[in-house]
Amino acid sequence: MSAKTRKPTARQGRASVASAKAAAAPEPSASFLLEIGCEEIPARMVARAATELRILLGKYLTAYELAAPEAIETWGAPRRLTASIPALRLRQPDRKTETLGPPKAVAFDDVGRPTKAAESFAAKQGVAVTALEVTSTPRGEYVVARKLVPGKPAREILAEILPRAVLELSFPRSMYWTRSSGPRFVRPIRWIVALLGDKIIPFSMGEIASGRVSRGHRFLARQFRVPIAQAGDYVRALRQQFVLARPEERKERIEKELSRIGMQHRLRLRPDPALLDEVVYLNEYPAAILGGFDASYLALPEEILVTVMRGHQKYFALEDRNGRLAPYFAAIINSNGDASGTIRSGHERVLRARFSDARFFWDTDQKCRLADYLPGLAGVTYESRLGSYLDKVERVRWLARSIAEGWFHSGHLEADIASTDRAAELAKCDLVTEMVRELPELEGIVGGLYAAEQGEPETVAAAIYDQYRPAGLDDRIPRNLPGCALALADRMDSLVGCFAVGLVPSGSSDAFGLRRAALGVVKILLERRLPLSLSAAVATSARLLRELAPKLDVPPQVESQVRIFLQDRIRYVFHERYNFAYDEIDAVLAAGADDLVDAEQRISALRAVRRSKNFEPLAVAFKRIRKILEKAGPPEGWRMESVRTDLLADAAERELHASAEKVAKESARLKRAGRYREALEQVAGLRPVVDRFFDDVLVMAEDDAVRRNRLTLLAELLREFSDIADFSEIQTESAAR
Amino acid sequence: MKTKKAEKPQGLTFQQLIFNLQKYWSDRGCILQQPYDVEVGAGTMHPETFLRVLGPDPYRVAYVQPSRRPTDGRYGENPNRLYKHSQLQVVLKPIPDDIQTIYLESLHAIGIDLRRHDIRFEEDNWEAPTLGAWGIGWQVLLDGLEITQYTYFQQCGGLDLDPPSVELTYGLERIASFLQEVPSIFDLRWSDDTTYGQVRLAEERQFSAYSFEAADVDFTRRHFEMYEEEAAVLLGRFPGAAEDDLQRERFPVLAAYDLCLKCSHLFNVLDSRRAISTTERAAVIGRIRALACRVAQAYLAQRGQLAEALETEARR
Repeated sequence: MSAKTRKPTARQGRASVASAKAAAAPEPSASFLLEIGCEEIPARMVARAATELRILLGKYLTAYELAAPEAIETWGAPRRLTASIPALRLRQPDRKTETLGPPKAVAFDDVGRPTKAAESFAAKQGVAVTALEVTSTPRGEYVVARKLVPGKPAREILAEILPRAVLELSFPRSMYWTRSSGPRFVRPIRWIVALLGDKIIPFSMGEIASGRVSRGHRFLARQFRVPIAQAGDYVRALRQQFVLARPEERKERIEKELSRIGMQHRLRLRPDPALLDEVVYLNEYPAAILGGFDASYLALPEEILVTVMRGHQKYFALEDRNGRLAPYFAAIINSNGDASGTIRSGHERVLRARFSDARFFWDTDQKCRLADYLPGLAGVTYESRLGSYLDKVERVRWLARSIAEGWFHSGHLEADIASTDRAAELAKCDLVTEMVRELPELEGIVGGLYAAEQGEPETVAAAIYDQYRPAGLDDRIPRNLPGCALALADRMDSLVGCFAVGLVPSGSSDAFGLRRAALGVVKILLERRLPLSLSAAVATSARLLRELAPKLDVPPQVESQVRIFLQDRIRYVFHERYNFAYDEIDAVLAAGADDLVDAEQRISALRAVRRSKNFEPLAVAFKRIRKILEKAGPPEGWRMESVRTDLLADAAERELHASAEKVAKESARLKRAGRYREALEQVAGLRPVVDRFFDDVLVMAEDDAVRRNRLTLLAELLREFSDIADFSEIQTESAAR
Repeated sequence: MKTKKAEKPQGLTFQQLIFNLQKYWSDRGCILQQPYDVEVGAGTMHPETFLRVLGPDPYRVAYVQPSRRPTDGRYGENPNRLYKHSQLQVVLKPIPDDIQTIYLESLHAIGIDLRRHDIRFEEDNWEAPTLGAWGIGWQVLLDGLEITQYTYFQQCGGLDLDPPSVELTYGLERIASFLQEVPSIFDLRWSDDTTYGQVRLAEERQFSAYSFEAADVDFTRRHFEMYEEEAAVLLGRFPGAAEDDLQRERFPVLAAYDLCLKCSHLFNVLDSRRAISTTERAAVIGRIRALACRVAQAYLAQRGQLAEALETEARR
């Protein structure tokens, strides 16, 4: 029987369950072990698979009341996924179930004899009619069948759920290896160890039956088969056969080995946490070895050397005490050491060949200048509807120039327009170089290196080099303003272009990295505090797409889609990085803030003023005004050209009108000067007159003209004072009346 | 202890390496086939792989396949890159349970003591877009050097493979350089008294010159189109179910496949002449794949196994 028994049966009413816990006696339990022995699982997938296995087992073991999810530990290694639980119940607890049947009146006749209904209910529940009981419910008295369902042995349950949980693991790509109807997994499963204490949990997957025999290190193990006597022995038994089952243990060993090498040779390791995580899952028994390369290769840029070492060979780069790259590397090998130096010399030979290729690419590429590669970009498609990279370069040049011009004229003199233009012109040339074909991860960086090598101004070279920065929220932004202009223009063109052809990111699909592009835009502008009207930049980008090749038809709604998409990232960054509350951000964005630095100042001001005593009540009042205006129907029905003072009958409304006029003038002056906080304080100071107005004046007056005049007064108030932040977006303690 | 023996050059010669691997796989039930006599870019394109992995019949085969990669040509001046390199290709269907161990033992057979080296299987899912083929597997690294592409074929000619095959592709020059510890492929001893350079250097120079400079782009394009057209016309005549068995058995599917291979090679030549933009590239690859997929279907249809293959696919 499965968890299904716990579900209420549709017709018979509700069943409830209670565990019948043995009160005092300690429950018999045993340690549990599951090991899925596999051919080498891709390193990048192992950790995730181990986590998923823990979650899946947790789900099943909780449902069957065999173990608490916190008790489960899972580990991954290249050839195995392991789950271990120190204590798992040997038997599922007995459960008392209650199933409601027909009402008492239906189940028993006048003299208390069971009816047909009672009999069939009892039969269905598998209890004697005489065992039926009566219980009172809010709906009256009902027949109830109470049963004690004995728990099943854990081994039986495990044999059923373990293969299910394993096959439920999800991988980016799975395969079959026997028949297409056989099991599918990330790589072929070759053995399974499943033990409860010292007993095998019997099941099979495809042609593999579970057992107690694991495998040790392929080459170092003293024996091919490693029998596990009982679950608790696992880690130790494997360690004896040169497999460190727990990733933490392997990581520790690698770190220790690396620092030993550093100490011995007076070298410093270039930290590389991502590589460290990767080699943890590439080796069962890791050791580090030091290798060297010819110092003449150090003439190549470090970026290239490190990428070759790291990306292709998974070597750690080392530096000398001055922080300069040293002609050495550290390789992690799946072995017990390299006494004879055979492994080292093999790795050195491979690296030499790789470096000599890199030098060949460098020399070949230098035979012509970066600009000579530009025509070749006509043959590289950016996206079929958005044209070639040459088309993109043309658009980005225009946009980058216009951004830089804006900055230059607003006093950011570092935004050199000629440099920006040159950087944008050369930005994508490296796409057709040999080096980027070989090392695509160095796109942009190679262009920057070549530009510097060929005597382009440093500003231009740096701008090209930095164009894909920031890669994420924690990455650096371009170091100079031409670089910022280029990075922004490139991303803006991608955003508007992709949205225009319907490549809108959804769920996990974002092939062109638009989310990251938008985050980059936000980060660059805020971090360098650069002025830019986003809506204007989006509009310019759309215009360029329409006017330049491939002369795309960009419908106007695309612009607003992109603005909304950007707003989502803006909210995210303001919230995550600036700790602003969402309602504060929304209030400012709703007021039409379009320049991020300006928006940031407004939100800061709003945040400061928010704490003052007048603010919240005023925000409540603004919400109330908005509601009143909404209720009044479409403005055409009541809106007057302007407030007519002669119709202001009441003292309170005259006062509001006068104060509002005065405050509006003053706050507008402060706003223009960028003194948002003082401007908002002025507005907040209106609170007493607004309160008095609502206390004394009935907006919906009977006289048509008076009512319309009052509505107009409120509408103007709302408009006038919502241009820094829309107060009605602010969440208030006391909800609007 | 220095004796004359210690001076004996180290490692197997290039041809001994081939002998040993062929012997090893022959002992494990493989048919030893010969290289295909049409230009190919990889051993996978040999009909002994491309066609034999289709359908349910068990098969085991090994062969050397000289593989032409025009863009990799370096006029014989780069110590590690070749216009034409040699692969030793092994295909086993169905896949033995202990295939990884069998493979590792083959390294022992060519003089590699696994206990003294660093062997690893690193994720590398192989794909041949011109063949509509892909598989799951690894590159096998020996002390950081990629020596074998190891693939569990899942699809070929656009068809799901049932049962799947395993394909082991040994890079012979790389392995030989490793064994002989020579700095350049051209220094390899092909036999006891002849070097790889003596045997092959002229070929490397001339074919690099041809594919980078001399190949006439216009002619090559026209050749491509003619082969493509002939393949398409031929495949269009594949007899339907109504026609008699003899006619079907004699239908030259294999010739159509040769034409398709010609297209693939000519595409590579055009590519090395930089006559194919990335924009055009995907489209041309698609055209070759379309032919390869039609060949695969015709091959199975000829053997009366197509319906079964399509049924399996529909079930999934």
